[in-house]
Amino acid sequence: MSNIPENLRYSKDHEYVNVNGDVATIGITDYAQHSLGDVVYIDMPRVGDKFGTHESFGSVESVKAVSEIFTPVAGEVVEVNEGLNDTPEAVNNDPYNSGWMVKVKMDNPGEADAMLSAAEYEEYLEASN
Amino acid sequence: MTSGALKKTPLNDAHRALGGRMVDFGGWDMPVQYTAGVIEEHMATRTRSGLFDVSHMGEIWVEGPDAISFVNRLTTNDVLKLVDGQAHYSAMTNDNGGVVDDLLVYRFGQEKLLLVVNAGTTEKDWAWITSHKKDERVELHNASSEYCQIAIQGPDATAIVQNLTETDLAAIKYYHFTTGRVDGVDAIISRTGYTGEDGFEIYAAADTAEQLWNKILETGNYGAKGGILPCGLAARNTLRLEAAMSLYGHELGDDISPLEAGLGWITKFQKGPFTGSEIIARQKEEGLTRKIAGFEMTEPGIARDGCDVYVGGEKTGVVTSGSPAPFLKKNIGLAFLPPQFAIDGQEITIDVRGRQIAAKVVPTPFYKRSK
Repeated sequence: MSNIPENLRYSKDHEYVNVNGDVATIGITDYAQHSLGDVVYIDMPRVGDKFGTHESFGSVESVKAVSEIFTPVAGEVVEVNEGLNDTPEAVNNDPYNSGWMVKVKMDNPGEADAMLSAAEYEEYLEASN
Repeated sequence: MTSGALKKTPLNDAHRALGGRMVDFGGWDMPVQYTAGVIEEHMATRTRSGLFDVSHMGEIWVEGPDAISFVNRLTTNDVLKLVDGQAHYSAMTNDNGGVVDDLLVYRFGQEKLLLVVNAGTTEKDWAWITSHKKDERVELHNASSEYCQIAIQGPDATAIVQNLTETDLAAIKYYHFTTGRVDGVDAIISRTGYTGEDGFEIYAAADTAEQLWNKILETGNYGAKGGILPCGLAARNTLRLEAAMSLYGHELGDDISPLEAGLGWITKFQKGPFTGSEIIARQKEEGLTRKIAGFEMTEPGIARDGCDVYVGGEKTGVVTSGSPAPFLKKNIGLAFLPPQFAIDGQEITIDVRGRQIAAKVVPTPFYKRSK
């Protein structure tokens, strides 16, 4: 079973956001990392890059596949997880903590509230399988 | 997905029991990886041992007084050079000098050969072989569904199989085989593989597959530290790519000649004519317009199959296989390039989803095991 923490918000593209004030920490869900398999490389944006909602901001590459990652919320990148350059496997091992990807200062902090709750995301996963 | 229509090997239940993630592979329901994941499976095969279900591959018997001349006419390598108990890698060609399939040819006797062909092309190959039989005195038999094929590869492979057979495995040289018993089961024991490691491919009756598979896992201490791991198709692909072995549909195809694919070493013009040999010989004389070269990325990024390759800003080729290489810890690949650029050290760039990423041509195989 996928690990779906209660306190996060989720997108249908299998990103999560962890909201702290107007900053959203974004990564991919446990379900997503499991589907991808061993992650070997993450192509990330730079600090200062601005993205609208549902824009591709980078990609996650596993041995077998590449998957684009989308911004679930619009805003400006204020931090990227440089640690993933050396330990991309953190996305597999610990997607919600050390496997986070970017922090975005949200244009509209209300946007995260409109995303799926943990229960809704779980339902969405069950329905799509 | 309409999994009901997929073909299954006799080990389908075993894969599911081991947590195999099943995918549709050319119409077969096969494990792409197990719970350990592709990187661990790959590393286990390089450093210890890995177990692969390759029962989906096809087995075709060619028997009769003209078996050797018949197969010699359809394939590029020289079957006359084989002795009993020896196998070789070869290519079956079409009239345009393209490759119908790559295959192994096993010589059981003067009048008995076994062709082992790719899973996705078995039906095409069977139609090709049967329709190209002229007046040769040969009996053809597609035995694909009668056999399982299990590959055990890696430095520990010989010791594990030796525990299960009275056949002296040390006496079987690379690309040789013998018939014997493994765990009491009649089997063809072949010192071949598709990983760049030493190891065996074991052919036995389909209904013995689970017994052999489970016995090898048990003997190889699956589950213990340092034990054998079952490996899925993802690891099979990264292992063969590190060893720069061709994959049909990527480096090989109906419109790719064996010379372009770098298989000149199994293309024996001196043996006499074979299908398409005139066209291929002319190609050799006039020079190739493209050939397979190995590359490694020199900037972060992973080139994937189908990415365009550029030299000096000009599009010159295409990636046929690209992947991270788990053992080498580089991003590598094979690509078609014009021969003048297919030289070691040549700087190239590869269009990876709209971005030009630097790479360079390197010698192949990328990985070669120490003897």
